[in-house]
Order: sequence, then structure tokens, then C-alpha cells
Amino acid sequence: MNIPLWLDALIAALLLIGAVVATLGSVGLARMPDFYMRLHGPTKASTLGVGCTMLGSLLYFSAAGKGISVQEVLITVFLFVTAPVSAHVMARAALHRRVACSAHTRHPPWPEMDHPPETPSPATRGDARHAPPSTPGEVSDTP
Amino acid sequence: MGVLRQLRYWWPRPQFSLFLLVLWLLLMNTLSLAQLLTGAFLGWLIPFLTQPFWPERPLLHQAWRLVPYFAHLLWDILKSNVTVAWLILLPPRRLRPAFIRYPVILTDEFALAMLASTISLTPGTVSAGLSPDQKTLLIHALHVVDEEALIRHIHTRYEQPLKEILE
Repeated sequence: MNIPLWLDALIAALLLIGAVVATLGSVGLARMPDFYMRLHGPTKASTLGVGCTMLGSLLYFSAAGKGISVQEVLITVFLFVTAPVSAHVMARAALHRRVACSAHTRHPPWPEMDHPPETPSPATRGDARHAPPSTPGEVSDTP
Repeated sequence: MGVLRQLRYWWPRPQFSLFLLVLWLLLMNTLSLAQLLTGAFLGWLIPFLTQPFWPERPLLHQAWRLVPYFAHLLWDILKSNVTVAWLILLPPRRLRPAFIRYPVILTDEFALAMLASTISLTPGTVSAGLSPDQKTLLIHALHVVDEEALIRHIHTRYEQPLKEILE
């Protein structure tokens, strides 16, 4: 097992960049003021951050082990396919539950994105519509 | 004809089976006979068991054109990652988040799913919902100054190529 210096440096750089990006993603998760803005951090960490880490791992094991190892590529591909779907589902769920967005968000999405219920029951719908924002400090969406 | 239909039933997606076999071998990282057989069996079993859940098979007019598309996408992910990294370090008050209604021209469901995933993958935008008539895609953007420009960007860079490739 003998890795040339330049490759070693490249791998180290990739791992470092991956770690920094993943950290920034978590920082975003903690700092952002509302749910929808928080969604952006993790999607970011799981694209570039994991991509860089996996590339570093791929290079290392290809250079050190026997033969090229492609499992890292597969992990990245799986992640790229699943991450947007989970982000989308979380956003949908939040919209459905009317999680409030921060006050200076332009064009809040309600009510026209509401899907009409299968069997309209005015009681529950009215209930949901006037539900107060769940988190203190966040301003309700309805103008 | 009867034979062909029988074959269609018992082996619904030959390309998908082949893809699963290759995927399995890559995951196992060997070419041994046992893994080949397991992969071939799974490649047959999974499409066979899940065929009721599949929508119409997508028609790829020019599948090779997906390659430059993904190359573009990868570059955009890199670029916008750096941008969003900056944004996160700014005080959150200076961000200008917005929900954007994007008028979709794609009609094929698979193409729509690709577009929505693309939008979510590029940091800074997350696709949040599709209107019931499938004409408007709701996008949440972390920081957007010119909404028209973002819509134009998505349209020319992602939706047009997807339409040409998939519809």
C-alpha cells in the first residue's frame, strides 16, 4: 500500500471539503428561522458534502486496495435519488399541516395549494384553516 | 402473440432486470457465479413483484442526452453549493426567502418527477408541491432577488432539455 503524496493531498482535501460542507449544512439547520428554510441545509450537505467524502473514499480504496471500488459511487447515486424525494415529502407535509413560514417570506403558498379533500367536511377544514401558528415567535402566514 | 404476451407477463422489464443485475454485481464487487445467479434472480424477482406499481414505462427518445444533462446538473450543484454556504453564514435576517409558482410545461409524470428532483437537488431551491392540475410547481427558495430570472433559469436549463429528452 503506497499512495503518492499528491493523491494523499487530494484525498485529504476532498474529505476536508466534505466535512466542512456537511458542517455548514448542520449550521444552516440550526440557524434558519423557519421549517422551509431549514430544509435547504440538509439537502445541501447530502449532495456536495457526501459527494466529496465519497469521492475521497473511492480514491483512497482504489489506490490502497485491490481494484477499483465502486460502492461509494452507488451510495452517492442512491443518496442523490432519495434526498430530493424526502425533502419534497417533508415540504409537502409541512404545507399540508400549515407550518408557518417566517414573516418576510414572499408569496406564502396558501390557500391555493390545498388539495381538496375527498369528502369535504367543513368542520375539520375550518379548524385547520384557523389553527394558530404552533411555534411562538413565528408569524402566521395568512396576510 | 400469445408467447410474447406470456413473456411480457413473466419478464416485464428486461432492461430493468439487467440494470438490477449490474447494480447487484457492483454492490457485491465480485463476478463470482453465485453472485451472478443471485443478481439475475433478484433482477427478475423485483420487477415481477412490483410491476403493478409501475406507471407507464418512460420513453427515452435520446437517452444519451441525459449525460450532458447530468453533467450540467453536477456543475450547477457545485456552484450553488458555494452560494448557499455563503448564505448560511450571513445573518438569517438578510435572506429573502420566497415561495415561487413555477408554470410547468412538462406533462409526462416521469419527466415532472425528474424536474422536481432536479430543483430539490440544486441547493437553494426545494420543490414543495404540485398543484392538483399539475400545471404549477411550488418552489421554496432560500434567497431570491429576481424571481423571474430564477423561473427563466429553471426553464431553459432544466425543463427544456428534459422535455426534449423525455417527451
